[in-house]
Amino acid sequence: MSVLVYTENWDGKFKKVSFELISYASKVAEMLNTDVAALSIGNVANDELQKLGGYGASKILSVENDNAKVFDAQNYTGIIAQVAEKIGAKVIIIANNNTGKAVAPRLSVKLKAALGASVSKLPLSVSPFTIYKRSFSGSAFSDVELKTDIKIITLAQNSFELIETANNATIEKVDINVDAPKTEVIDVQKQTGKLLLTDAEIVVSGGRGMKSPDNWGPLVELAEVLGGATACSRPVSDEGWRSHEEHTGQTGKIIAPNLYIAVGISGATQHIAGVSGSKYIVAINNDKSAPIFEVAQYGIVGDAQKILPQLVEAAKQVKGK
Amino acid sequence: MKILVCISNVPDTTTKVKFTDGDTKLDTAGIQWVINPWDELSLTRALEIKDDASSGVKSVTVAHVGPVTAEPTIRKALAIGADSAIRVNAEPSDAYFVAAQLAEVVKQEQFDIIMCGIESSDYNGSMVGSMLAEMLNIPSISAVSNLKVENEKPIVTREIDGGKEVVSTSTPFVAIVQKGIAKEPRIAAMRGIMMARSKPIKLYEPVAVDALTSYKKFELPEARPACKFVDAENAKDLIALLQSETKLI
Ligand SMILES: Cc1cc2nc3c(=O)[nH]c(=O)nc-3n(C[C@H](O)[C@H](O)[C@H](O)COP(=O)(O)OP(=O)(O)OC[C@H]3O[C@@H](n4cnc5c(N)ncnc54)[C@H](O)[C@@H]3O)c2cc1C
Repeated sequence: MSVLVYTENWDGKFKKVSFELISYASKVAEMLNTDVAALSIGNVANDELQKLGGYGASKILSVENDNAKVFDAQNYTGIIAQVAEKIGAKVIIIANNNTGKAVAPRLSVKLKAALGASVSKLPLSVSPFTIYKRSFSGSAFSDVELKTDIKIITLAQNSFELIETANNATIEKVDINVDAPKTEVIDVQKQTGKLLLTDAEIVVSGGRGMKSPDNWGPLVELAEVLGGATACSRPVSDEGWRSHEEHTGQTGKIIAPNLYIAVGISGATQHIAGVSGSKYIVAINNDKSAPIFEVAQYGIVGDAQKILPQLVEAAKQVKGK
Repeated sequence: MKILVCISNVPDTTTKVKFTDGDTKLDTAGIQWVINPWDELSLTRALEIKDDASSGVKSVTVAHVGPVTAEPTIRKALAIGADSAIRVNAEPSDAYFVAAQLAEVVKQEQFDIIMCGIESSDYNGSMVGSMLAEMLNIPSISAVSNLKVENEKPIVTREIDGGKEVVSTSTPFVAIVQKGIAKEPRIAAMRGIMMARSKPIKLYEPVAVDALTSYKKFELPEARPACKFVDAENAKDLIALLQSETKLI
């Protein structure tokens, strides 16, 4: 018995989310009195694999196979299931990102294992196994019992602190039969090197109150100075003022940065659904009765175009830029 | 070629949810039920594909697992333009249960493309579509932001971290769709509403499946502390405040 974590890699590298998963898994393993094994699929160098040991994985299993070079949900499910069976995993932990959402439900069927998705805390208890998850798009939370012998959890990004440990992990290459995938990637368009909105710890976001696509300069600058990413409300991306990648909310990206600065955003339920996991919300809005102030811890009532340049200047001073 | 769009019946997205029975059940009093936003967009895209004769798609069916009270939502889907509907007559107990019911429907009726929303706005599981695919042992493509069908050959665009991938697949397959799949949901016109009345809703009785999970208790999020305001004239002070209190800057 052990806790198995699937740690995705991005061009052979792990990210903070990978280490969050391992840190979380280590705590779950403690509750169950067992250890953590991490599974990596694809070509990752040994020194990179070893990093997973620094957060509590005692065994690192690496599967390299030509049929697993590109992501196919059915194939990856098969690989994770075989490894889980091999090591007798009782709890499987996966990120609640695109990959996790594509794989975890398939794995749930394959292993007949109950799935708790979008979990943001440690299990409330391990017997019965009860998890705490987001529901109703963030307007509620629920305690859910996972009733099967094997359990799967997908962990919401940025919801668990990194915990470093002594690194005693062993690396093992695992040979697994993988069929040729039934899906084929025929084209990829990808920006590399850009901070992803879902990975950013600080996000500066603009709404219709920004008035025009031409006014975005100081907002983008503020994000840059703070080392953050930019986002926007749905009407802003619908109007084509900003790229769809930035659309945040119930029907766009769901993010949980440490700091979310909402500028000229009214705070509609559907928008808040995408950002309510943020640790701190700051609102800048010229209407003091805007609902965004009900969820914000810090606010300024005033004109965004006057306020943003002042914030940029102050941030530059603080950051020594 | 036949498309199936799986639809979920959810509280209107502006609903302030409340719970009853010692916070174990959703209080449905006063709730307006709507088609889950992503499912409405899936249906819109499915109809656009069918409208284009070169796609080879001949029919669009919607399927819902739920009690008779969900029929207005199903009728709405028919009014928007679905050719027919299927309802599995059961109280949906969890995603696994729902997927198992839909799997049975697909086995009986044989669809080529099955579309599901990336999540339902109530229980936020993001599960049904992928579970269904695994039960049927067919491919699934997740985070789909565009679907084209040319001469019965589907071409799918999916979102990946920092970009997009164009993917081809064998059929049948499940497309789990998200933002981008259609611009605006199609609205039912008067003619559609009239026609929907005579369109068939085929009834299936549920297959016996045990749910794998059970919801024990709901709670509302903790109230956030009251907002601290900084004067617009001294906007700069906000940065100092964030620096000293949140330690994030
Ligand atoms: C099914 C469904 C799903 C949806 N999903 C999403 C979603 O995912 N994400 C999303 O964002 N929305 C979503 N919406 C839309 C949502 O309901 C709101 O319409 C939207 O969030 C409003 O965007 P906004 O705050 O930018 O604009 P508005 O609501 O127009 O707010 C603009 C704000 O800017 C303020 N303002 C104006 N001028 C200034 C100024 N000079 N300086 C400072 N402030 C100023 C105003 O006081 C106002 O509060 C969805 C709606 C539906 C029905």
